[in-house]
Amino acid sequence: MTINSQSYFPELLKQYEQELLTDWLNNQLSTATRRTGLLKEAELREQSRQLMNSLRNAVQHGSLTDTNTPEWLPVRELLANISNTRAQQGFNPAETATFVLSLKKPLLTRLRKELEKQPDLLAEDIWTTNLLLDQLGLYTVEVYQKSREDVIARQQQELLELSTPVVQLWENILALPLIGTLDSARTQVVMENLLQKIVDTGASIAIIDITGVPTVDTLVAQHLLKTVAAARLMGADCIISGIRPQIAQTIVHLGVDLSAVTTKATLAAAFAIALQRTGATFTRANK
Amino acid sequence: MPVQRDEVMPIRSSEDVVRVRQMVRQWAVTLGFSLVDQTKIVTAASELARNTLGYGGGGEVQLEIVQKGIRSGLRLTFIDQGPGILDIELALKDGYTTGGGLGLGLSGAKRLSNEFEIFSRPGEGTRVSITRWK
Ligand SMILES: Nc1ncnc2c1ncn2[C@@H]1O[C@H](COP(=O)(O)OP(=O)(O)OP(=O)(O)O)[C@@H](O)[C@H]1O
Ligand SMILES: [Mg+2]
Repeated sequence: MTINSQSYFPELLKQYEQELLTDWLNNQLSTATRRTGLLKEAELREQSRQLMNSLRNAVQHGSLTDTNTPEWLPVRELLANISNTRAQQGFNPAETATFVLSLKKPLLTRLRKELEKQPDLLAEDIWTTNLLLDQLGLYTVEVYQKSREDVIARQQQELLELSTPVVQLWENILALPLIGTLDSARTQVVMENLLQKIVDTGASIAIIDITGVPTVDTLVAQHLLKTVAAARLMGADCIISGIRPQIAQTIVHLGVDLSAVTTKATLAAAFAIALQRTGATFTRANK
Repeated sequence: MPVQRDEVMPIRSSEDVVRVRQMVRQWAVTLGFSLVDQTKIVTAASELARNTLGYGGGGEVQLEIVQKGIRSGLRLTFIDQGPGILDIELALKDGYTTGGGLGLGLSGAKRLSNEFEIFSRPGEGTRVSITRWK
């Protein structure tokens, strides 16, 4: 005797898997809320088929009231997968839950038909089906939520990360446009990259542009000063550009001494100085 | 001095320090601080938050909007339960550092603020409060 002998539900899924799947798909494909652009019909068919199949297997031996038991693991994994993809595809949580919840209609319709003559069992099974699918629906929303949070956390992390390509502006002239905050351990890596690039290219001038650094405090200043000193030892001079007026005032109040370093308000001004120093001359072509 | 709005943020990681700066900037903008004043209070906050994290072993900051007559201001109070500071006068000297820094954070934060208060007892922790008026 199985633990589900009180319910007709497992038998229903076993006998009518194909019919239920067809009804369910027809419903889903005809509803107005379907987002054709987001999800291809073939994908929806495949997901529905898989869920129907794993649901059928789960109820044969698993609990009908608690979907946290091991028998339900394949169903939960499948739903987690579907939820994650939908979160990424831009579905909202309601649409994501609807996928599972829309299975209620074909199930209940079929139950009614099959259990017409057993009203007590019918009432019991309607109740079971509702609870079961509600649990699964809630589970998809939970996963969805979690997945969105992960996306947001990742985006925040990316915002915090410094992005930093070293670019060669001219023969002998490198530029490092710093964009982001300089709190993370990556700052060290970025500065080391610049030094390596100086070695590789034999550049004589490096422009460190801090236009994209929102706050210049003692830590940032120290990073800059250390890099300038190291570059100097390697025979390259640094120019720091992107010192906006408010940054200049703040640096002075902090008491940071940048007088030993050439600083410029803009990258363009720094580049002009760099060209001059490397001996390049420019004249405007007259027509 | 009536307080209009306040909020507490944790300082447990360098990401938290970034978040504190962002929040202070947001509040300073809301209060209508000039760009220079925004930059000053954000930079001071960055210094104190990093001290809280690095020397105080982590802690929290309380942000408050305060009112004095018709002037409004932003007050930030950094609190930790770390080792405390033995000699406050020394810690406030330009260039004094026990952590290989520039030794300008604490004194710089003082210069960047209109009001500066520090309480610290060895073994009990440190509390630094700064206010910048609009
Ligand atoms: N919250 C704190 N708890 C314990 N000691 C502290 C705290 N804040 C500051 N100190 C002590 O005061 C010293 C001076 O602090 P200050 O911020 O001026 O310089 P720093 O942090 O060493 O370098 P930086 O210029 O990068 O800020 C520190 O080196 C440390 O010994
Ligand atoms: Mg400091």
